[in-house]
Amino acid sequence: MPVAATDAPSSPPVSTLVVDDLSRRFGRRWALARVSLTVPAGGGLLLLGANGSGKTTLLRTLATALRPHRGSASLGGRDLWEDRRALRPRIALLTHAPGLYADLSAAENLRAWAAMGGHAVDAAARLAEVGLTDAADRVVRTFSAGMVRRLALARILLKSPDLVLLDEPFSALDPEGRAVVAKAAQAVRARGATLVLSTHHAPLAASLCDQAIRLHEGQIVWRGAPDDPQAAVPADGALV
Amino acid sequence: MTGVRAVAAVVGRELRTEWRDRSRVGGLFVYGFALVLALAFAMPGPHMLPDLAGGALWLGLVLASTRALDASFATELEHGALEAMLLWPVPPAAIFYGKALANTIVLLMVACFLAPIVGLLYHPEPRGSLWMLPLVMVAGCMALAAPGTLVASLTSRARGSSALLPVLLFPLVVPVLLASARATTLLLEGDPMNQADDWLGVLVVFNLLHWSLDALLFERVIDEG
Repeated sequence: MPVAATDAPSSPPVSTLVVDDLSRRFGRRWALARVSLTVPAGGGLLLLGANGSGKTTLLRTLATALRPHRGSASLGGRDLWEDRRALRPRIALLTHAPGLYADLSAAENLRAWAAMGGHAVDAAARLAEVGLTDAADRVVRTFSAGMVRRLALARILLKSPDLVLLDEPFSALDPEGRAVVAKAAQAVRARGATLVLSTHHAPLAASLCDQAIRLHEGQIVWRGAPDDPQAAVPADGALV
Repeated sequence: MTGVRAVAAVVGRELRTEWRDRSRVGGLFVYGFALVLALAFAMPGPHMLPDLAGGALWLGLVLASTRALDASFATELEHGALEAMLLWPVPPAAIFYGKALANTIVLLMVACFLAPIVGLLYHPEPRGSLWMLPLVMVAGCMALAAPGTLVASLTSRARGSSALLPVLLFPLVVPVLLASARATTLLLEGDPMNQADDWLGVLVVFNLLHWSLDALLFERVIDEG
């Protein structure tokens, strides 16, 4: 199903994501320019584009880490920025910065984040889900990049979010790690949450999403299905 | 109650991180020790040292506090934990109070380390109400930690944060340095006019202002988008 720029429905499902004319600049440069799209509740959107095309800016804006300079985005009909305090518990963002404490162990990190969120966690079970059972008591500073990525995924999923934003989730991962991420993403969608995922490797993520867009210089330059042959073509801005 | 639990969780995580990387607190001890030692040797005669004990202690603490506060946010920024915390279901005020309380505890540890060293180097002859000294130390450390946490959050993401932090913080904490040093000196040297209570009152008012207002400002500083 192609991505469509539409108006927000009157009573959208709880995790329907509607982005309308969203723009964000850094200094004078527009990193995101007039992006409009809709992802239905439980849907999956694949973000494609070269480095610097605006994928991370879009994800961080949707996560409410960045304020949009123009346009708006809503989740379940509620404006993301205006209602950010209420919506943040429902949104999970995985970026290159894992949000972990390097001097704490994997289990301590999960327990600390759960405690700050006001609930307890079965750290062993969460670590088992991402294949880190044997590393539960190891300090994160000793982890490989792939292990950090997996632990960061376990951390963001502590929230049971309605909107999951994954920025290059497969980077630095071995085949086993990629399978862990894919399984987690499938589980997210299976329970009705909306998934937005950016990657340079469309074939890896095609089965996880049902819509795709390509960004170039902050603008959408292509829309289609994730398994469309054009999705796998490296971005050079010529694909309009 | 949720807010209190969140504050406790932030304090616990901060102190656990401090404990794991003890080099940071160790560095503060060495830094504070070097300051009070250099000041003691810089005095022209040993007869002046007892009068300067309170001032030396608080000068060492104020200068050490800038290093402590800067480092507390460096830990958050190392792996993007500050932004992750902002997007977590934890009130920004709880983050502020948690970090400020943890910074207070770290500064109290430095104060407890420096106080006997100042006693050895400056030979104060206690004649005042020494039982009030812990109160002054707690109030003084809290008065450094609250505005310090706010300013460190402001400068942490700026280039040259280590230089910027003291430039912005020192003008704010001049009343703390004056009140703490004066109260400590009066408690050590004798306080016939009962002025120490007034200086302690200054610290209490300073704390009331900053522990309430700075939490509101912190939210604006870290959530500017």
